Amino acid sequence: MKKRTAGTRALYVILVVYAIITVIPFLWALSSSFKTLGEIVSGSINFIPKDFTLDNYKQIFTREPLFGRWLFNSLFIATVGTLLNLLFNSMAGYALARLSFPGKKSIFLMILAVLMIPFQVTLIPNFLILKELGWLNSYQGMIIPGAVNATFIFMMRQFFINFPKEVEEAAAIDGLGRFGTFFRIVLPLAKPALAAQTIFVFMAFWNDFMRPLIILSDQDMFTLPLGLNSFKGQFISFWNYIMAASMVFTLPIIVLYAFFNRYFVKGIKFTGDK
Amino acid sequence: MKMLSKKDRREAGQGYLFLLPALLVLGVFVIAPILYAVFLSFHKVELIGGATYEFRGLDNFMKVTFDDRAIIALKNTAIYVAIVVPTQTFLALVLAASLNAGLKGQKFFRIVYFLPTLTSSAVLTLIFMWMYNQNGLINYVLKFLNLPTYNWIGDPDVALIAIMIMNIWATAPFFMVIYLAALQDIPDSHYEAAELDGAGPIQKFWHITVPNLRPVTSFVVIMGLIGTFQLFDQSYIFSGGSGGPNNSTLTVVLLIYQYAFKTLGTMGYATAIAFMLAIIILVATLLQRKFSKEESLY
Repeated sequence: MKKRTAGTRALYVILVVYAIITVIPFLWALSSSFKTLGEIVSGSINFIPKDFTLDNYKQIFTREPLFGRWLFNSLFIATVGTLLNLLFNSMAGYALARLSFPGKKSIFLMILAVLMIPFQVTLIPNFLILKELGWLNSYQGMIIPGAVNATFIFMMRQFFINFPKEVEEAAAIDGLGRFGTFFRIVLPLAKPALAAQTIFVFMAFWNDFMRPLIILSDQDMFTLPLGLNSFKGQFISFWNYIMAASMVFTLPIIVLYAFFNRYFVKGIKFTGDK
Repeated sequence: MKMLSKKDRREAGQGYLFLLPALLVLGVFVIAPILYAVFLSFHKVELIGGATYEFRGLDNFMKVTFDDRAIIALKNTAIYVAIVVPTQTFLALVLAASLNAGLKGQKFFRIVYFLPTLTSSAVLTLIFMWMYNQNGLINYVLKFLNLPTYNWIGDPDVALIAIMIMNIWATAPFFMVIYLAALQDIPDSHYEAAELDGAGPIQKFWHITVPNLRPVTSFVVIMGLIGTFQLFDQSYIFSGGSGGPNNSTLTVVLLIYQYAFKTLGTMGYATAIAFMLAIIILVATLLQRKFSKEESLY
């Protein structure tokens, strides 16, 4: 049995060392966000701030009056974008799984083909199309092109294929039409699939850097990643501010994760099984 | 085509209605742009006021061969892919296998490891730039261990390596979760049989875990290839959009961005490079698939 305990110890060493490596950047950033500029500049390496201060968090909102605006823009775009995805992807997935109509197979194949296309190819034409529509620097320009996601249409289709038909039949007997059945019966029962989708889609909108960089040029319209980048340019050696801003930006996702943790792993597993 | 009954026709109508929003968005923002991209890649595009197009045949595609920056970008990206994909895949596998050994605190470690996946690339890059600072945390640790220190952000010899380290750290845990899910599907009886044959933990890892995970590894490598070939955010933020110092962090996608949106008259050329990148990714993916099929268990 001695060998086994040695093995266990070795595994613990791997796990603990890697946990430390993972956590240190975050702790360092968090600690820097509570330090004074003087302490940042002095280059001292201590994780507990000498003069603990909340001033940086106040300063980022007053020094950069647009910071609150960026936070709002990010929340708005990510929330509306996620809701549209949940609705449209589920509707499309349901139609492909449950309803029969001419051309269904080719539409499904087309959606699978869309999955293969790297986004750089469509990036430049998308910019020109948005320009033509007058949607540059607008919420709809950020939201509508991402309002549907082929991966999740596919995922919802798989989910609805395995969905018990009897439930829908019972609803039909109760006199609910197709839309009533879908919105009142089917969607509420699809919660696990919708929760997994919520995290992935919200994170993709929330963290997106390249699309906003191209679509949004007006400071008022910036999302947080862009704002953070321009903030860094303005306050290049004020790492206490930059770290405070980074922490404000990270919090909402961690809260979302805490709520949906269970579904998250399931969702990844699902994408992995594809 | 057979005649549809009234009920069938109604169902068909409902089907199209349910699909309508998805088809509209994909049509306007994915399918049409692909066709538009083909058109753009054969033209010189000027964006002064409206857009003007001048047909140039294959010029945009040929231009890459004598564009020094394109060759540098391709080389940087290739080096980045070649180092990051195997490293992050192996690290993810080792972490998943360690986590799966049924030790106490598994849940705690899993939550901790997941932090980088949750954090946006912009935030992670800023945190690392702060740590990579000349007298920042990383150089402090290196000095403490009597190792050489570097100007991580300003020295062209190490800037790309700095991004590699950061991204391996950030991406490996995500793939770890995928591995972990797959590990739980390997039947215990396989391990028990190996134990009866006297296999130790390392042998079990190489002879049971690794072969059983081959299909998942293939998926992880393909996802890794697609992700690494498209490196952009980190290079952009690291270098302030320039790909510097001395083009050392210039990637293909950063170059596409610069040609499309920062210099005049090169939008068609940028589209052509985007197509070539898409083909490189496709070929790499197919090669990987062929490779793994030959030795696949299934």
